[in-house]
Amino acid sequence: MSEIPGDLKFLKSHEWARLEDGGVVRVGISDHAQGQLGDLVYVELPAVGDAVQAGNACAVVESVKAASDIYAPVSGTVVEVNEVLGDKPETINEDAYGEGWILAIRPSSPDELDSLLDPDAYAELLEEEDAH
Amino acid sequence: MTRTTVLNPVHRALGARMVDFGGWDMPISYGSQIEEHHAVRQDAGMFDVSHMTVVDLHGAQVRAFLRHLLANSVDKLKVSGKALYTCMLNAQGGVIDDLIVYFLAEDRFRLVVNAATRDKDLEWIRRQAQAFAVRVEYHPELAMIAVQGPNARARTAGLWPHVLAERALTLKPFSALREGALFVARTGYTGEDGFEITLPGSEAAALWQRLLDAGVRPCGLGARDTLRLEAGMNLYGQDMDETTTPYEAGLAWTVSLDGDRDFIGRAALEAQQRAGVPRQMIGLVLDDKGVLRHGQKVSTARGEGEILSGTFAPTLGKGIAFARVPAGDPGAVGVEIRGRPVPVRVVRPPFVRSGRPCAGI
Repeated sequence: MSEIPGDLKFLKSHEWARLEDGGVVRVGISDHAQGQLGDLVYVELPAVGDAVQAGNACAVVESVKAASDIYAPVSGTVVEVNEVLGDKPETINEDAYGEGWILAIRPSSPDELDSLLDPDAYAELLEEEDAH
Repeated sequence: MTRTTVLNPVHRALGARMVDFGGWDMPISYGSQIEEHHAVRQDAGMFDVSHMTVVDLHGAQVRAFLRHLLANSVDKLKVSGKALYTCMLNAQGGVIDDLIVYFLAEDRFRLVVNAATRDKDLEWIRRQAQAFAVRVEYHPELAMIAVQGPNARARTAGLWPHVLAERALTLKPFSALREGALFVARTGYTGEDGFEITLPGSEAAALWQRLLDAGVRPCGLGARDTLRLEAGMNLYGQDMDETTTPYEAGLAWTVSLDGDRDFIGRAALEAQQRAGVPRQMIGLVLDDKGVLRHGQKVSTARGEGEILSGTFAPTLGKGIAFARVPAGDPGAVGVEIRGRPVPVRVVRPPFVRSGRPCAGI
């Protein structure tokens, strides 16, 4: 398994969130999640300016196998989407924590991030899932 | 209880992602499913299909029995080794299973039936066989490896002694040879040339390793599914089952209403033909971005239907599907994806053959 970057927070549903210097929260799916989904072939992105609610679906990733909702880790407004994924959805498979980011949100209540899992807690969650 | 094939440890050692497939612990992929798909279209890939069920039928009346059991006519099988794809129907004309029957000798035929339907198939076959004094012999000790792709036959035959290689390479499509316990058929489920090799389970790991060394890429059941759907081949349980007749599943070509042959389901099929077949299976292509999936609602000029098998087709870079819809010209067809209607194109499968998109796809 690849190293989980220390500056990320996670949802149990395997989305990651990174609070950036400008106060924007960048969002993607974990390396574990991309591995489970397999080759991604299509990503449905929201529009810049869309309002999103923490815990609600804000994008869809589709692999050959299945379609999977992406849940917003925080509430706020979509300020950026990763257009590269339109032609190259496999970028998520190749670099889930970097070039494979999905969208960026300007959070309305940044303290929502505090309730997310830190990298250690997320790693524990994965170990528990593996045990089943 | 989850069942495993004799190659299960080999898949795990290769790092395969394993999934439950109809009660069997099988590899869905070893890495990128799409790369495995392309390996078969462009070079050579291999699949562990040892979960498939091999059934040998013995007895003086085997041919007469199969004339009764199967919707396609075994009278088409005149040369030893020749194979035939067929449905096995119930009295209502519903499909119990689809299978391949091989003619070995007048008193011996071989069936290869699906894994998920094994128990009900064996029970049905045994029950029907009684009246013909046919002995039904199930062979769980056999393993099966499918080697598929434009280079599959050459790579495989290169591993065999000259005489066997020569015989294997001169096999006609849909024919098989026997060499001791080894059974080599020029058949497959990918739309590419290749062999399906049946052999004793004890020898399977060694053959797998030699194929690997010869550059044949291990492929999981994920790639097998995208390959077979591109090739326009049905999957039992998804594209047809006991509630559909072959006519409603794009399988009319496998039904032989020859002479007065009294096969199970014939009366029901003829009645359905007289009354008009109410539903049909069509092929769909999604030219927009997105993926067609099993269960999505399909709208046509004749009413609603639904997607049976649907997937992303790696060779085409598009979504493709089989759908069951009301009979008649479907007109403009749409599919509902996450609540949104999306236009799709109606095509005549197969979508891909021998590495290339078919005309009109």
